Amino acid sequence: MDAEMKDVILEYVREEYLDEDSGIEVDENTPLITGGLVDSFSLVSLLMFLRQKYNANIPDQEAIPETFDTVTNIMKLVERYRQDK
Amino acid sequence: MSNIGSYDERYRDFDWSRAEEDLSWDDGGMINIGYLCSDRNCELGLADKTALIWESFSGQEKRYSFNDIRIYSNSFAKFFRDLGIEPGERICIFLDKIPALYIGLLGVLKMGAIVQPLFSAFGEDALFTRLEDAGTEAILTSRKHIGKVRRIRDKLKALEHVVVVDGEGMELSDGEVAFDFEKAEAVERFDVYQVSPETPSLLHYTSGTTGKPKGALHVHHSILGQYMTTKWVLDLLAEDIYWCTADPGWVTGTSYGIIGPWSLGITQLVLEMGFIPARWYQAIEKYKVTVFYTAPTAIRMLMKEGEELVKKYDLSSLRHTASVGEPLNAEAVIWSEEVMGLPFHDNYWQTETGCIVIANYPGMKIRPGSMGKPFPGITATVVDPTEYKPIEKVGSVGLIALKPGWPSMFRTYWNNQETYDSKFKNGWYICGDRASIDEDGYFWFVGRDDDVINTAGHLVGPFEIESALLEHPAIAESAAIGKPDPVNMEVVKAFIALKPGHEPSDELKLSIINFVRKKLSPLAMPQEIEFRESLPKTRSGKIMRRLLKAQETGEEIGDISTLEDD
Repeated sequence: MDAEMKDVILEYVREEYLDEDSGIEVDENTPLITGGLVDSFSLVSLLMFLRQKYNANIPDQEAIPETFDTVTNIMKLVERYRQDK
Repeated sequence: MSNIGSYDERYRDFDWSRAEEDLSWDDGGMINIGYLCSDRNCELGLADKTALIWESFSGQEKRYSFNDIRIYSNSFAKFFRDLGIEPGERICIFLDKIPALYIGLLGVLKMGAIVQPLFSAFGEDALFTRLEDAGTEAILTSRKHIGKVRRIRDKLKALEHVVVVDGEGMELSDGEVAFDFEKAEAVERFDVYQVSPETPSLLHYTSGTTGKPKGALHVHHSILGQYMTTKWVLDLLAEDIYWCTADPGWVTGTSYGIIGPWSLGITQLVLEMGFIPARWYQAIEKYKVTVFYTAPTAIRMLMKEGEELVKKYDLSSLRHTASVGEPLNAEAVIWSEEVMGLPFHDNYWQTETGCIVIANYPGMKIRPGSMGKPFPGITATVVDPTEYKPIEKVGSVGLIALKPGWPSMFRTYWNNQETYDSKFKNGWYICGDRASIDEDGYFWFVGRDDDVINTAGHLVGPFEIESALLEHPAIAESAAIGKPDPVNMEVVKAFIALKPGHEPSDELKLSIINFVRKKLSPLAMPQEIEFRESLPKTRSGKIMRRLLKAQETGEEIGDISTLEDD
């Protein structure tokens, strides 16, 4: 696992989708969609971030709970769709 | 046989006193909605019946009987009264779909205060605008959302109490208090506040084209409309397991996710989780849901997931399905009949109407794509946009208009009587939507008559989005429109002209959409941004939103000189 990528994505999730006062902790295995932390509308911004940061054009239909619910799964998709690989 | 039986007969003979008799008002019964949805069910022998089946994000299940609902709502009522909240004051409920929301709402009503439900995904600007306008005295929230409240608290002079339902053990500031209703004193008896039919009950905020969101004020009388429409449109029976997927931050979630079913003593399911197709099918199978009320966007997303997924689950418990929020396309009705074995019955209403006003009824032939026919007790038509007279010619498009006077109609816009008055023309309440009526009296939705954006069944005001965009340091001019979308009906698209020194880039787009999401909500967040050198304006300097929309949708723009004069 790419530790740096994990930290970058986790940091983005914490910064953009969580409130500091909420006390909610996330790690790479925390369910983001099915855990109610990232809603379907907000996925647009997460996909945009991954495209900009990693040049990964993840199709919208992959951004579903089965494949996109945790940072671990998101990283797998990033690796699969990276254009620079 | 459905509850409504013959629609034509019911429409012909209807009188709202029928609902008053059902709810025992004619015998001098108490008319407080909080009481009618909890204590009364116990008095009718339903104390041990399950009122709420709730499933958390993690799949944890909890059940509450009507007696639980009665006692816990008493606890909430006593708690708020002991805090010093007076009848008529506003208590905001700012929670995810957790039991405290559903039970707390009844508690607030029982002690006579006005419930102000707000969508928990609202960002701090959206929250501030609505709390400030309502002069809200207390807010019921959770750890997850308290940060947003804290960041605006100093600016809210009226807000005295912040109640945190899971606040036990956390560091609380002045004016913040923890209240866990399941650990609090069980209040067996509470002296329910005696209301009149015209006593305010709920204050739901809704968006318009211009200005700030408006608070549509409802009264306890509204329960007559919610009770009757739940019975006849949603067709609920004593043995039903009913599931309304709407969030009570919006009016469908209170009228049909709390008041309607519980005034009928019905067991209802609530999933904390939002839309996830497999989990939804799983829930219908697991809880043997019989009546399902959802939104066209969700139905279209289920369609996208395909037939294979449906076949994995046993949905045979379903006997009636309905939808609301935006027009349900004919394809979705036909698909659901083919794949799920039941057609969705679309219906129409809005925050201001308080209850369903036009519907497809069980037992009545559905015309796929149509909103159906007016509910008994509702006089509906379409009127022309200049003199507001009913249009006689079959199939002509006009503005949907309702004859005022049904029980659940809003009574005013909070602090905004002038706008309320402007909604009534020539003796009709003008809904702001365009439709036509066919030769058999079915209504067919055409579109909105204003610039309000309907995304996934939620109305979003362009002005609120544009105002938020202008707070971004890079933005000089902004316009927000609803861009047609095959699933959500519309999504927000923003047109932006940047300030000198800023260049369009993907990074800036991301910064802008996250900026709006945090300030307002994910629904208001532009899904698409287009940078322009400048935006088209009228002669008086107003940005021509309609021109941008016409350009976007490829509509004929025609002579723009009239737009320039707007």
